[in-house]
Amino acid sequence: MREITYAQAIKEAMCEEMRRDERVFLIGEDVGLYGGAFGVSVGMLEEFGEERVRDTPISEAAVIGAAVGAAVTGMRPVAEIMFSDFLTIGTDQLVNQAAKIRYMFGGKAKVPMVVRTPGGSGTGAAAQHSQSLEAWFCHIPGLKVVAPSTPADAKGLLKAAIRDDNPVVFFEQKLLYRKKGPVPQEDYVIPLGKADIKREGKDATIITYGRMVQACLKVAEDLAGQGIDIEVVDPRTLLPLDKGALISSAAKTGRVLIVHEAVQTGGIGGEIASVIAESEAFYYLDAPIKRLGGLDVPIPYCPELEKNVVPTEKTITEAVLKLFE
Amino acid sequence: MDLEKSKLQDMYLKMLHIRRFEEKVAHFFTLGKVHGTTHLYVGEEACAVGACSALEEKDYITSTHRGHGHCISKGIDLNRMMAELLGKETGYCKGKGGSMHIADLSRGNLGANGVVGGGQAIAVGAALTLRMKKSDQVVLCFFGDGASNAGSFHEALNLAAIWKLPVIFFCENNLYGMSMPVSKSMNVRDVAEKAAAYGIPGRVVDGNNVLEVYSAVLEAREYARSSGPILLEAKTYRWLGHSKSDANVYRTREEIADWKERCPIKSFRKYLEENGVFTASELDAIERQASSDIDKAVEFAEQSPYPSMDTVCDDVYA
Ligand SMILES: Cc1ncc(C[n+]2csc(CCOP(=O)(O)OP(=O)(O)O)c2C)c(N)n1
Ligand SMILES: [Mg+2]
Repeated sequence: MREITYAQAIKEAMCEEMRRDERVFLIGEDVGLYGGAFGVSVGMLEEFGEERVRDTPISEAAVIGAAVGAAVTGMRPVAEIMFSDFLTIGTDQLVNQAAKIRYMFGGKAKVPMVVRTPGGSGTGAAAQHSQSLEAWFCHIPGLKVVAPSTPADAKGLLKAAIRDDNPVVFFEQKLLYRKKGPVPQEDYVIPLGKADIKREGKDATIITYGRMVQACLKVAEDLAGQGIDIEVVDPRTLLPLDKGALISSAAKTGRVLIVHEAVQTGGIGGEIASVIAESEAFYYLDAPIKRLGGLDVPIPYCPELEKNVVPTEKTITEAVLKLFE
Repeated sequence: MDLEKSKLQDMYLKMLHIRRFEEKVAHFFTLGKVHGTTHLYVGEEACAVGACSALEEKDYITSTHRGHGHCISKGIDLNRMMAELLGKETGYCKGKGGSMHIADLSRGNLGANGVVGGGQAIAVGAALTLRMKKSDQVVLCFFGDGASNAGSFHEALNLAAIWKLPVIFFCENNLYGMSMPVSKSMNVRDVAEKAAAYGIPGRVVDGNNVLEVYSAVLEAREYARSSGPILLEAKTYRWLGHSKSDANVYRTREEIADWKERCPIKSFRKYLEENGVFTASELDAIERQASSDIDKAVEFAEQSPYPSMDTVCDDVYA
């Protein structure tokens, strides 16, 4: 299969959906001529024109709000927020408006929109450009939250998100944008709310998503050499969670580590641990469920510090081995 | 304008410090010595130097993502600033903040800001402190043309206006917010016109003329202390890309070249020489000093240690 980057896969998903459905359009800062801060939409202006690849002033609240308004009235906007840190500025529109309109209106409206935004550290951009805020939005009924880890998942999940009739927050990752992977050329969707087993194993389960999937797979390969057979499960959608898949993997291996880059306290790892602990998988556990998140600090600038405030192959390996102590 | 020679010399030196500092940072980027991103101030030196030279040391400023010039103009230790860029323990933020977060509270610099529009309401709050503590200092809030379209701009101006707070809102209009030209991002020609919506004065100045900026801010400072907020708009231009990853596709080579002709440093030098303030050789000496100050800062920064991982969780809470 041909290989393309994560960024190209996202663009391909948007382009295919925009060709398929006139109601779909892209709106955001510097998405046009500039092609997006990370080059995701390069060339889209040429194909779709200024009306459907709409550059905006620096106005995140109004960008997300305009997407809500357009969605409620029959369009299917994709809003790009340049860094997920700036979701904070449009959060009223996302949390108080988009997420609740359908329910508040007694099911009479729908808000089919996607907010695409890159999160994560590792680029040296420091505390206000590096956060992983996905857990915030998982606390909001009415939203869906997606965090793809591979180019193929990114394409299929984004197409599903665009076709979904609900507001979806789609967390991309700066450090994955240039990573290549096989991506089917044809039109396909990956249903939201469906986990993927990235590696099968029988001795322990690592549940992880986003950029940490690669690191965990690497650790799994290394530990295979020591006779430890690890299963890596990527929920892909964080809200709603594919609880069944997580529970059955936990029951199968009896040992669970949850890894994410977002700070550990209040992270989605706590939710996943609870889902497993409350389920019948509890009776199969051979060790306490373990979480490994980012340290509870803002992301520092200095490269050595930045690298080490989030899980690394070394700390993931140590955490896995703890499950066997 | 009757300015003391020492003041003019200080202004010229600071403009050169900024230019040399930025050139060094750009160079370090190409070498991979500085990581992350950075927004360079080359071409806009007259704005920061003109504005901060009209302030007193205890006046506050809030700065932006493009903040190196503001820091230097407000008076900063160049060594510690360069050390921060290199992520060193001796840096202003102990290596934890980097380019976009340099702050020097001891000199009234409330910090650069990674969030566009992030400083505007903070400036209002700082002015509120001044008012409540019965101080007669002022706050100068730097922000870009792009930031004038953020909701926080409008909320901040309105608050400052209704409470008549001593804030100088100082817009550096360099004609673009990233790739977005002002002609497309707003429906008025000048950012200064937006002042009318809040019933405060708005003025346009030549942001490439350091003395014009200086006298405008001096007047604005008096106005802010006696009557409340004022909006100044300095028209200027950034010579380099928005950040390190910018291919400049949204503007022409001619436009860039044209603005480089209007170099704020060259024209200030010309003024100083033609008006007999300094001789050419005196000006050359100031230039040499600027370069050597930056070289020393680099040396200091390079010799400084990186912060230890043991300190990474320090300073999350007071
Ligand atoms: C809230 C927010 N949105 C977007 C960005 C990304 N960004 C950084 S600087 C910038 C352009 C700012 O333009 P302007 O205010 O004119 O300042 P300039 O860069 O021209 O100095 C953008 C869009 C950001 N840092 N913060
Ligand atoms: Mg600008």
